[in-house]
Amino acid sequence: MYGLFLRHFYLITRSFPRVLDLVYWPTIQITLWGFISNFFATHTTYYNNAVGVILTCAILYDFLFRTSIGFNMLFLEEIWSRNFTNLFIAPMKIGEILTSLVATALIRALIGLIPAVLLTSPLFGISILDLGIFLFFLFLSLYLFGITLGILVSAGLLRYGPSFENIAWSTMFLLAPFGCIYYPIEILPEVFQKIAYLLPLVYIFEEARNILINQTVDIQNIYYAFMWNGVYFVLSIALFYYSFNVAKNKGTLINMGE
Amino acid sequence: MKNLVEVKNIKKNYGKNEAVKGISFNIKEDEILGLLGPNGSGKTTTIGMLLGLLKPTSGEIFINGKKLEGNRIEILEQINFISPYIELPKKLTVKQNLTVYGKLYKINNINERIEFLSEKLRLGGLLNSITGELSSGQKNRVSLAKALINEPKVLLLDEPTASLDPEVGDFVRSFLEDYKKEKKISILLASHNMNEVTRLCKSILMMKDGIIIDKGNPEELINKHGRKNLEEVFLKLSRSKNELN
Repeated sequence: MYGLFLRHFYLITRSFPRVLDLVYWPTIQITLWGFISNFFATHTTYYNNAVGVILTCAILYDFLFRTSIGFNMLFLEEIWSRNFTNLFIAPMKIGEILTSLVATALIRALIGLIPAVLLTSPLFGISILDLGIFLFFLFLSLYLFGITLGILVSAGLLRYGPSFENIAWSTMFLLAPFGCIYYPIEILPEVFQKIAYLLPLVYIFEEARNILINQTVDIQNIYYAFMWNGVYFVLSIALFYYSFNVAKNKGTLINMGE
Repeated sequence: MKNLVEVKNIKKNYGKNEAVKGISFNIKEDEILGLLGPNGSGKTTTIGMLLGLLKPTSGEIFINGKKLEGNRIEILEQINFISPYIELPKKLTVKQNLTVYGKLYKINNINERIEFLSEKLRLGGLLNSITGELSSGQKNRVSLAKALINEPKVLLLDEPTASLDPEVGDFVRSFLEDYKKEKKISILLASHNMNEVTRLCKSILMMKDGIIIDKGNPEELINKHGRKNLEEVFLKLSRSKNELN
């Protein structure tokens, strides 16, 4: 019995991502649900006139989640199937690998999204299409951020190997409290608000609520979302190239999946 | 015969650990070079550097006259690799896997190439089978087909017949001999099967602790060390102090 305990104890203590994973989930869950509870306790009438807002935001968030996880899954599947080395000795540039993953992740996300959008109308009498033409910009912005997160996680997998896998699953949840998906930014403590304003998510979800509740459009929110997306996208690409070079120095590429 | 592979004084350090300490060798076209050595001697690191998966700390590698550094993609089009430690996606059929790699290597007439390889490697009846459901011997032949999909000029083989039964092992060895002779390619063979190395290789490098401790053809090495066969030479060199630097 003690032997089995030791087997898992040694595994955890030898891997920083695994230790982080243990601490991470309870902290994130408590923080996210704390803010949601706090918001509903203090703003009971906020959603009175727009019952579809929560559902619309849930669909938008799910699209982001599917895009990001979809990208990570494509990368992880190559590691799990021990096909990773075969891919990296094929004559493909890093840019070509990323482009094909980005396109495939979009198709995967759309396959998941379309049925969800179609179901909301007959089941709940709500249509996400109420967001109008700006829905396209919100989705595009979420897609960009989703693949940016996917590229960042894949860079981590290249750098640290399969032990980074747990982080791959949890990045979206780390950002959820700061994304202000189900509540306005004012509900966050001031220091969290400063962090939230550095992410495109807050602009996207604030704008979705603004369109649905106030029936107005604030172009500045969409502009800021794209601006931050551009910054993070460029950073993620740079980090992926850097991680690839580190992996070539450390030997991660040849040992991946073993 | 020209050298298709030229390795010039390559070193690889992982932090303070020197995995490969400055080795040089060439592989001519129509040659199979055996790379022998105990576990941890630097064989896999050397192969990793030849594949561009590992960056040498110093030294240079030339494949078919082109320097690997700076021409990685162009060179990867001309080489391929097989190892029991890497596999093809298990859920895809054999034909789907070969088609994917045919596309990745930008092969024209993929179907013709698959047909040619499936005939040579006895895969005809397996093309529509799920790769993960094949036996070890069948998977090995599929991996070999993938490794030959781009008609490589240089083939790197890491334990190509490990875990195969004698019949399949013999088939793979015969195939490699014939293919090398027909296409005039260079093959680097890392193996712990001394009979295989004796049969296939005219020249051998013996590695230990990151350096080449001896080299020559199998017969020369056996005579030089006064042993009956290559396995005994391997054991002697593995257990002795480094002889040649």
